[in-house]
Amino acid sequence: MGLALTRLGQWTAAGYRTGTLELTPLNEVLLQEITIFVEHFIYDHPQEAKFVFVEPLEWKTNLEPSAFESGYIVSETTVSSKEVDKNGQPLLFLSVPQIKVRSFGQLSQLVFAAKDAKLKEAQACIEANRDPVVKILGSDYSTMKEDSGALNILHKITNGDDVENETKTNIALLLKQLDLHLLNDTLRRISPQTRLNPVPVKDDTELLKSFWGKGEQSVLESTEFTSDRGFSFSDGCGEMRYVWAKPGDAEAPCVTCGAQGVLFPGGRTDDEGKIDYETKGEVYKDLVTFLKEKLGKFSENMSKQEIRFSEEQQKNQTDEVPKKEEADVICKAVSGTDKSKLEKNQINFGKSQMARRLEPSLNWRTTVDRKKRKKRSGRSGEQRAPEGRCRVRDSHGDGKEMQDRTFPHEQSAWLCLRDKEASSSVRRKISVKESQEEKRRGKLGKTRASVSSGRAQLSCKSVDKAEETISESSSESEEDEEPPDHRQEANADLPSEYWQIQKLVKYLKGGNQTATVIALCSMRDFNLAQETCQLAIRDVGGLEVLINLLDTDEVKCKIGSLKILKEISRNPQIRRNIVDLGSLPIMVNILSSPYKTLKCLAAETIANVAQFKRARRLVRQHGGITRLVALLDCAQNSVEPAQLSLYETRDVEVARCGALALWSCSKSYSNKEAIRKAGGIPLLARLLKTSHEDMLIPVVGTLQECASEENYRVAIKAERIIENLVKNLNSENEQLQEHCAMAIYQCAEDEETRDLVRLHGGLKPLASLLSNTDNKQRLAAVTGAIWKCSISKENVTKFREYKAIETLVGLLTDQPEEVLVNVVGALGECCQDYENQVIVRKCGGIQPLVNLLVGINQALLVNVTKAVGACAVEPESMVIIDRLDGVRLLWSLLKNPHPDVKASAAWALCPCIQNAKDAGEMVRSFVGGLELVVNLLKSDNKEVLSSVCAAITNIAKDQENLAVITDHGVVPLLSKLANTNNDKLRCHLAEAISRCCMWGRNRVAFGEHKAVAPLVQYLKSNDTNVHRATAQALYQLSEDPDNCITMHENGAVKLLLDMVGSPDQELQEAAAGCISNIRRLALAAEKARYN
Amino acid sequence: MVTLRVKATQTLGNRDGRAASAPGLIRAPATGDTSRARIPRAPGMNRKKLQKLTETLTKNCKHFNKFEVSCLIKLFYNLVGEAAKRPGVAIGLDRNAFRNILHVTFGMTDDMIMDRVFRGFDKDNDGNINVTEWVNGLSLFLRGSLEEKMKYCFEVFDLNGDGFISKEEMFHLLKNSLLKQPSEEDPDEGIKDLVEITLKKMDYDHDGKLSSADYEKAVGEETLLLEAFGPCLPDPKSQMEFEAQVFKDPNDFHDNMNS
Repeated sequence: MGLALTRLGQWTAAGYRTGTLELTPLNEVLLQEITIFVEHFIYDHPQEAKFVFVEPLEWKTNLEPSAFESGYIVSETTVSSKEVDKNGQPLLFLSVPQIKVRSFGQLSQLVFAAKDAKLKEAQACIEANRDPVVKILGSDYSTMKEDSGALNILHKITNGDDVENETKTNIALLLKQLDLHLLNDTLRRISPQTRLNPVPVKDDTELLKSFWGKGEQSVLESTEFTSDRGFSFSDGCGEMRYVWAKPGDAEAPCVTCGAQGVLFPGGRTDDEGKIDYETKGEVYKDLVTFLKEKLGKFSENMSKQEIRFSEEQQKNQTDEVPKKEEADVICKAVSGTDKSKLEKNQINFGKSQMARRLEPSLNWRTTVDRKKRKKRSGRSGEQRAPEGRCRVRDSHGDGKEMQDRTFPHEQSAWLCLRDKEASSSVRRKISVKESQEEKRRGKLGKTRASVSSGRAQLSCKSVDKAEETISESSSESEEDEEPPDHRQEANADLPSEYWQIQKLVKYLKGGNQTATVIALCSMRDFNLAQETCQLAIRDVGGLEVLINLLDTDEVKCKIGSLKILKEISRNPQIRRNIVDLGSLPIMVNILSSPYKTLKCLAAETIANVAQFKRARRLVRQHGGITRLVALLDCAQNSVEPAQLSLYETRDVEVARCGALALWSCSKSYSNKEAIRKAGGIPLLARLLKTSHEDMLIPVVGTLQECASEENYRVAIKAERIIENLVKNLNSENEQLQEHCAMAIYQCAEDEETRDLVRLHGGLKPLASLLSNTDNKQRLAAVTGAIWKCSISKENVTKFREYKAIETLVGLLTDQPEEVLVNVVGALGECCQDYENQVIVRKCGGIQPLVNLLVGINQALLVNVTKAVGACAVEPESMVIIDRLDGVRLLWSLLKNPHPDVKASAAWALCPCIQNAKDAGEMVRSFVGGLELVVNLLKSDNKEVLSSVCAAITNIAKDQENLAVITDHGVVPLLSKLANTNNDKLRCHLAEAISRCCMWGRNRVAFGEHKAVAPLVQYLKSNDTNVHRATAQALYQLSEDPDNCITMHENGAVKLLLDMVGSPDQELQEAAAGCISNIRRLALAAEKARYN
Repeated sequence: MVTLRVKATQTLGNRDGRAASAPGLIRAPATGDTSRARIPRAPGMNRKKLQKLTETLTKNCKHFNKFEVSCLIKLFYNLVGEAAKRPGVAIGLDRNAFRNILHVTFGMTDDMIMDRVFRGFDKDNDGNINVTEWVNGLSLFLRGSLEEKMKYCFEVFDLNGDGFISKEEMFHLLKNSLLKQPSEEDPDEGIKDLVEITLKKMDYDHDGKLSSADYEKAVGEETLLLEAFGPCLPDPKSQMEFEAQVFKDPNDFHDNMNS
């Protein structure tokens, strides 16, 4: 864990020591993995979970003391666990907000208690405890030492024979496994970056240093390196330092660490010790890769190398670079790298080398330009104009060089617009550049960190794995958050468009308005939907210019630029580039421009760009949401000029584009809030009354996204939007239908809304849309809407009228999961009616439903179990379920890891047991089934507990089964649950207790386990169901005299007397019976006394 | 030239009345009976004559109403100013005066284009823009429909008036549009290339020159190409400022002057 966290976790720039974990997807994954690990620890390794940490993990928590339940002593501001260590210190101690935890068991429980906040807690914990391994196991296990001699430690530990050490070893191993898992996982996520920057190189050399001076076991004897000549980047070659390496058995090669990687050989050219710093020869990912590759089979490679070396020399031009200092690295061959692996490596590196060579336009040209500059070095800066062209490319290699260069192309591009804006935009552009550069460097650092951590593993003898992950990560790409950069691949085969676009961009940069407009129009003739063109525009630096144009006063240029940006921003990579270049604030500003065409284009571009989180946040932060909402307000000047001037367009169009952008933005929670606060809902409601499909789709789309928020659902109801949604269900457009159905699905959680859908006649179109099953997305939305609507009884009746039930049953097969979830959900709701249960059976719905019980989709399982449970109420259906072995399938779902599935399965089992013939026999036939159910009483999910109690009530109806579960210890478990405030659980628990009293000395046992006193308190609840169940339980328990005494002591008599007056007959009876038992005991006692 | 343009926008940007006193700009009479007909008086003309002129011009002009026409007439006489009083000289704006207006008010910089615009206004080719040409010209200039503007722009770009925009004409028009790069052997190479790009984009019949049909088709597809070879129409910003200033309600104006 330590390794992964310190090397992989992306800490904020604030500095490693004080920093906090950044909110990056990578970190999120890390945290998730860790929480899952901790969460399962208590189950997977109960022995280790009890191990007491050497030092407590301490951090500031956000948890409230109330989050902790059984097993804790809770006061207002402190919580301490009942579990204590040898000295009687609690293993968990919380004194708001500081928390100390000292065992994995407690950690697991804490994670449970934290529920949704568990990631936050994990983050806080890890931030506060930078080296958890040390705290857990003691300083012997520090991460740093792991590198050098983890095995020694392991060895030492395994030699010790006391139990604690054994546990310690186990934990150490487990942590190590987690560590490896995290590393592998993360490596796979990071697309390989082969660029080096000074910091990791420095780290590398430091690390190499740590290997020397340790005698024969150590890998290296000494390391030294040249002074940091390259850090100034003054020569622009991007090299950082030169390492002079001399293996024991062969001649010394010289290594150059450059921006492209480790270059070999750096070239020792003569005996005076001069180093040729030329960039030639092999390129390696990093120092260690190089050492491993080279020194492992150094001697046999040497001759080959030299040939290649001389070939390279002919190809490359040479620059004279002043030599600074040289140093020696004396290395010993890294042993243990086997040959086949090396070969594999070579193939990999060969590939990356190829890709690099195929980057001709970049590196080659830079050198040429640099040469030119050298020739002209005496002349004035202005004459360097053409260099502007290569500046962007240079930024690949080195960042700092840029700053001291002039920016000729900005000068040239904006000669014609030399006014205040232009100069400010130039400045902005520079700063954009810089920040981008910084970012890139940061990214490199991270990637390097990952590579080096991968390498650190090597010394831990997990060479194979690290190798695999590195090569794996180069082939796999990560699609979701941070798509890989195709820059190199794109250059591999440069299409003719590339050069044409490059030329056009040149005119964009160096032309006045007229030339710019021509170039922009001509660029639009390319197929901008094609990725090659999109990437070409980016790679030749077109994005910068296009965005720069947005910042000018030239309406025509802005329009032309936005038209292009709008198209190419469909590409996910370009989107990110556009955002990185700081375009969003500019585009948001354009939204309040007086020209409607501009507004439209800007809104459309934002709609495309805001497809990822950061962009959406930026739009909001720059006030974009308010402006977009303002665009929706199109009916203000209803009189539109008959003749639209050049830059005008219809208000409706403006509103449409605004809605489109809002639709994209509405995928973030905060944006939904912002739209609402900006008064977007009434405007959307008004637009919904129009009849243009183009307009309706984004409007309904936005509403559908937003309807996930409670606030919106209320507003949607208030603005009478449902009526229009229903109306549009009848539209011809499938996409519109889909979004309307989706919006209804989201809103129909609310009862009133469900009624509104019915009142506006929405159920019929929904039912009829079921028959068209080609469009799966729409089908999913429609079935979803039906599901939610059928929660209301009246709606179910309507659906039956429209024969929707039959259609739904037909959809149980051959549908994608998202449809199935909804279909089954709908059937589950519909089957609460007896008539529908019959329909489902008659249509042959039972079989497919039972078949679905073997799935793995959790949402689906929850719905399927509910539907099967609903069907099981009907006896004839139950026969079919029984025949299909459905009960056994349901029973096995009790083992599902997810509590919702468990609970739902347990609920479904209740009617099954009630209605099955020979239920008792059937239940007994499940091997280990009863034990499983009883053990579920140890769960801490209230819903699971309630459902299991209900199941136990039904199981206990059979005497034999009751005997079995008694043997499995149902009584103490039920008694333990008695202290609860949850009325649902109370009700089912009381029923279960009253059932379980029927066997042997269970009544007495409940008394012994102190279940009676809490039960009496249930009578104070407000729920009559609880009263009834409790009174019955108390009646059963009162057969035992000791229980009667307890009840009397807890004031049960008065409460029961009130219950006798209840209109509920069963309750009356039970209460009266209980009182009579207590009274009889009292009489007997008196009698005994007087006798 | 570029800096001059900046000055122009700054001048126009001052709306507090000081702009009116700027040289070469619109000067309105501070006094006069404006409340009755709301028609401002032009110097050197009696009211009856003025009214008649306004009415005839309004009849022939589709984009301006009577008030706007009268404002423009007033502006015209203001601009013509002293020249009008001298006998024997045709009343109107000569080439230089007009170019000055284009430059200062509408931010145009290209000499050649400004010449062409003058020719576009000067329908009778007498080297002077009279009041009718002024009003009609501005009508198109400010309010013209896309079709009218296309026709006008094509005439501006068709330097020799042969009905085609030839490669040479394009080259001529675009020759200052790219920054000269000393590194290139042929400094005109970029311009030639740009001409080729433009032809590729707009020459639908592939005859190596742009006919008016080519041009109109290209502009129809992409309005941005209307001024493909140089700005010959006012940019929207200066147009708005011009209209705001010239068509100001005289009463408001009066108030402003007094305050």
